[in-house]
Amino acid sequence: MLDQLISSLTDGLLLGFVYGVAAMGLTLIWGVMSVINLAHGPVIAMGMFGTYLLFTHLGVNPYLAMVPVAGAGLIAGLVIYVIAVHRVINAPHLSSLLATFAVNMIIIGVGTAVFSTSPQNINYSLGSVEVGFLTFPASRLVGAFGAILVTACLYLFLYFTRAGKAIRAVANNRMAAELMGIPSSRVLALSFGLGTMMAAVAGGLIATFFPFTVLSGGPYELKSFVICVLGGLGHPLGALVGGLMLGGLEGLIPTFMPVSWVPVVEFGLFVLVLLVRPSGLFGAK
Amino acid sequence: MKRFGVGFVFVIALSFIVASLSAPPGATAAAKTVKPAAAAAAKTVTIGFTASKTGKFNVEATRQINGLHLWMEQVNGAGGIKLADGTVIKVADKFYDDESKKERVQELYTKLINTDKADFLISPYSSGLTDASAVIAQQYNRIMITAGAASDSTYKKGYTLVYQSYTPASRYLTGAVDILLKLAPKAKKIAIIHENDKFATDVVKALKIYAEKKGLNVALFEGYDSGTADFAPFINKIPADVDAIMGGGHFADTTTLARQLYEKKINTKMIALLVAPPEPKFAELGDACISVVGSSQWEPLAHFTKESAAKEGITWFGPTGEEFINAYKAKYKEDPSYHSAGGYVAGMILQDAIMKAGSTDTAKVKAALDAMNIMTFYGQLKFATGPKDHGLQLGHDMVYIQWQKDKQGKAMKQVVWPLAGATASAFVCPAR
Repeated sequence: MLDQLISSLTDGLLLGFVYGVAAMGLTLIWGVMSVINLAHGPVIAMGMFGTYLLFTHLGVNPYLAMVPVAGAGLIAGLVIYVIAVHRVINAPHLSSLLATFAVNMIIIGVGTAVFSTSPQNINYSLGSVEVGFLTFPASRLVGAFGAILVTACLYLFLYFTRAGKAIRAVANNRMAAELMGIPSSRVLALSFGLGTMMAAVAGGLIATFFPFTVLSGGPYELKSFVICVLGGLGHPLGALVGGLMLGGLEGLIPTFMPVSWVPVVEFGLFVLVLLVRPSGLFGAK
Repeated sequence: MKRFGVGFVFVIALSFIVASLSAPPGATAAAKTVKPAAAAAAKTVTIGFTASKTGKFNVEATRQINGLHLWMEQVNGAGGIKLADGTVIKVADKFYDDESKKERVQELYTKLINTDKADFLISPYSSGLTDASAVIAQQYNRIMITAGAASDSTYKKGYTLVYQSYTPASRYLTGAVDILLKLAPKAKKIAIIHENDKFATDVVKALKIYAEKKGLNVALFEGYDSGTADFAPFINKIPADVDAIMGGGHFADTTTLARQLYEKKINTKMIALLVAPPEPKFAELGDACISVVGSSQWEPLAHFTKESAAKEGITWFGPTGEEFINAYKAKYKEDPSYHSAGGYVAGMILQDAIMKAGSTDTAKVKAALDAMNIMTFYGQLKFATGPKDHGLQLGHDMVYIQWQKDKQGKAMKQVVWPLAGATASAFVCPAR
């Protein structure tokens, strides 16, 4: 029983790092511009397909493929922001929600037309890692390292670069930041780009260990919402911790009850945190 | 000039009148009988179906449709289905992509019947989609031959026009228990992980009953949602001393389950899974596919012949297995799987019934299907005709394959069960 518990918890935590990266993108966008990005799921799916296409057609190592996928995610985010979000950024939340939902539908529609909804798989194995009685796929371990690396890069960017500081300033008080000469529109676009970049990278990492379809981003988008609420909306580090908590729960729950109860507990927790501590464990900035 | 024209027309008309009067009475009669025959020669029946060209059933459904299209091409290439009265029936298809979604199927089958005027129907792939479409076939009085639809329950709803070409789900994986007990007579414990859908649930319910009857303890019996990609929570629950892991669902999820069982280095004596192992594409798993057992509706190595049919006193119908395989390979440049054979045989069932009925009339073809008992390259085909399970397949049986390595170390399928038709002996899973 203990072996099963530890094994299950390890699998869950390793996955939790990647959930954290996906949620970080969502929470960054919310934290800076108070926009709930409903196009997050399809962008995760596009990250999966980007990695898949680079690996399958150009023979690029799927982990190296994360670099161009991240670049494409950033550009896609800038384009989405300029076309769909910028004009409704000061409108009520419902407007930006509907705008990003429209983008969601467009990406899914185009993705279905191009790739169909057939499952795809990146046939690239790194073998398994054995530590004592624990055995887990090496791809999950690399995925977790990748997630930590991305989180560290985001942290360094936000705290030690001029652009990062501008993002934090805009997130704290957009008007004050503008008065200080920070071009808020450009900063908002960059933030949105960074958020979608995180989603695309998370998608690429997930694609290295699970099969996927155009619609696969949906469940990860939902998990991202739960994680953001757990860790606190607008708090990137909270998202990583929230991801680990969710991953850990996904590992722990099946040890004691049928796996089908996992979403029941997850979303029960979602409601509970909203009721008891709406600002999340780390609180929103 | 005008007068010349009138004269010319008059002469032509007169010559026609003279010709018709001077012709013998028989000639006119012959002309009259030829006319309907010529019309009959042009008669084409439309076969309607939906194909999961996209979505999670894409792999299996593509093979099924390939098989069906090959049958159609061969029938039309041979001049059509020739009836006893000389009528020749050609076949044409009409199909839509159901996107592997149940909610699309009923709408599309209604369209196939009402708008496209389909005369006969072939089911979509999978028990779930077929169950949704069968009610439409019955409602609109169309015969439906099902392929890729093994779930028993569809045929226990009182339908009278739905006929199953597959061995029912209740007999799908029970043979795996027999293989396990043959390989490891002291086996005591098995784990069943299955997709929570109609087909897989029907299969594992029957499997559990059979395993327990054989004295095995089912230590884990848990279902996963369709589309599951992470099987770690299920795999972690498998007791360490389990003798076999059985279950799965359809191609996409079962392939992922097999891969993750391998990555987690699960050691057990046998892994027997549904649907995916018999597909040639399963070999893309590499070492993860080795030793995995799968139940198959048909295998290229299966040996049903005219002689074996004669020995059992059953009428042979259709091409030999070799002829089917060669034709399929020539057309699609790949090996056929049992899904391909299922699609082809669905067409053959219809062909045999139309020929025996001597008509395309629904009632007459239904009577021929009820009376059918034939042997084909795919095996025996015979349907239940009682009110409780009308259309359920009675004649056909499963074969079991295991992925083994050939002398060059390349993965290849071997038939391991039933022993009478085995091409190799099954072996216990090597330590991983």
